[in-house]
Amino acid sequence: MSDVALKDVVKRFGSFTAVHRMSLEIPEGSFVTLLGPSGCGKTTTLRMIAGLLDPTEGDISIKGRRINDVPIHRRNLGLVFQNYALFPHKTVADNVGFGLKYRSVARAEAEKRVRQALELVQLPHLAHRYPSELSGGQQQRIALARAVVIEPDVLLLDEPLSALDANLRENMRVELKNIQKRIGVTSIFVTHDQSEALAMSDRIIVMSEGRVEQMGPPEEVYNTPATEFVARFLGAANILPAEALGVSREEIGLDVAGFGRLSIPRAKAPRLAGAGKARFVIRAERLQLLPEDAPGDDRIAVPAVVEAVDYQGQAARYFLRLDERQLQAVNMIDEHPFAEGTTVSLRLRPRDCAALPAEGGRDDG
Amino acid sequence: MMRGAGWQAIRLYAICVYLFMFLPVAVVVLLSFNASHFGAFPMTGFSFRWFATLWQNEAVMRAFRTSLILGGLTALISTTLGVLAALALVRYTVRARNLVATVLIAPLLVPEVVLAVALLLFLNFAGIGKSMPMLLAGHVIFTLPFVFLVVQARLVGIRRDIEEAALSLGASPVQTFFSVTLPLLMPAVAAGALFAFTISFDNITGTLFWKPGGVETVPTQIFAMLRHSISPEINALGTVMIVMTVGLPLLGAALARKLAMKRGG
Repeated sequence: MSDVALKDVVKRFGSFTAVHRMSLEIPEGSFVTLLGPSGCGKTTTLRMIAGLLDPTEGDISIKGRRINDVPIHRRNLGLVFQNYALFPHKTVADNVGFGLKYRSVARAEAEKRVRQALELVQLPHLAHRYPSELSGGQQQRIALARAVVIEPDVLLLDEPLSALDANLRENMRVELKNIQKRIGVTSIFVTHDQSEALAMSDRIIVMSEGRVEQMGPPEEVYNTPATEFVARFLGAANILPAEALGVSREEIGLDVAGFGRLSIPRAKAPRLAGAGKARFVIRAERLQLLPEDAPGDDRIAVPAVVEAVDYQGQAARYFLRLDERQLQAVNMIDEHPFAEGTTVSLRLRPRDCAALPAEGGRDDG
Repeated sequence: MMRGAGWQAIRLYAICVYLFMFLPVAVVVLLSFNASHFGAFPMTGFSFRWFATLWQNEAVMRAFRTSLILGGLTALISTTLGVLAALALVRYTVRARNLVATVLIAPLLVPEVVLAVALLLFLNFAGIGKSMPMLLAGHVIFTLPFVFLVVQARLVGIRRDIEEAALSLGASPVQTFFSVTLPLLMPAVAAGALFAFTISFDNITGTLFWKPGGVETVPTQIFAMLRHSISPEINALGTVMIVMTVGLPLLGAALARKLAMKRGG
């Protein structure tokens, strides 16, 4: 059963269309991420589900009930904002208990639930503080407690980690995911950070310019991008022109610029129908650099020249010249990174690659 | 640091300007405690007798009550309207928003006497006689821009998502206003109300034009008394006015600061 369903939802602001005809279903208890760059329509979508914006067209339902005309305060949703949005004039306990005041919950029961919510986010000792006395991470955990204490039908998270420091962000993301799992609330998470999306989601919905580019589990979205946008947005990908030579049940034969002829599994190019122009996708992490004289193995090997090195500590990003094209590769560093100007042997495994139809072939509607 | 003859001259100049502005006020306050029958130097002794005379002067006391009621009502109405106007212009989409905002602030820009005459002519034209409600309306027009500007500035600083959070938790828009927006707006509301009260309390130009016959406020009463004689009573009344119009806002500011401290910044 789906908890949240959007059917042909469109949102226009004047002549600008922020969300194009969008339909999706979010299964009960799942953690779904709307991922995309700013201005892609992800926050607009979330705000329509929340009831802070009215869709121009289409229906939104929660637990099977159409809620287009239900005002936000009757939707029973938990909302967590990027800037915490705690009530600065109320104590932590009063912040968390705020939603219970409007839900005819007996006082003793309300106090108990506030205490439980604070224990859930591991901050029961801060009940009598004011928000201004808390750190950013603590404030966001209180905001989460405030949103879940009302036992919402859906938890909506609008970039909740973006205002936190890098280290804290990674800890919070594990904690947030744990809490979500423990209480099992259906959650919709909005972010522009691909690593957050990959780490936390059951399903990722990649959006661009108001359209859904791809929907699927993190691994599928990462390994088999449906569009060039998805390939480029989730980590660095190299995209090369190619020619599909023939399609069998198991494999697709490709002639790739710079790499020559190779065959990739059929599953890695689900949208490639037959022979003709295509685009070849290889992730920067999947291109392996070896010394020029390294012995051959089962991988495809081509010589390339290191043009620039971006040293990142445990790994390095290389900019490589292969014929007339520049490629990117991210490799772990073994002792020393390759120096600029070095000729290296570039290796790849066909099963790490994917292929898309040639440009202009937008066929996902 | 700043040194040199130029800076010394500027410092001296500044001191002179302040002396010029505040010395007369200080003299009035000082002379209000003079025991002499004449409101002038030299002082013959320290006494509260002129305050006592004031207390027994029926006309002054009546003017005082009128001013308090007028100021209080002006503050109440102006603050209510100012908060509503600020809410409408900041939180909602209003057609011709800039025009409305300009009209609201206009009384601040138009010379007071022009506005006073204009309203008087309008009342004549409309066949409405002068009355207390009309005087009150005039004071509201004068004070509304101050309340509106103060409240609007504060409202812009209250993040919209705090109100959205309250809505999402089940509070209706009205409940959200009273439980979240208004408490956060309170310092500006209080400041606006104080502004409105003090401006109304010491307004004279508009009041002279609009007041119905037989009604005096404290400033018009002082004005009337001055026409007959310069009694030391006026010094005492002036001192009371100064305490009201300077002391009240200072008290309010101190109170606001204390409340903010309690709340942990």
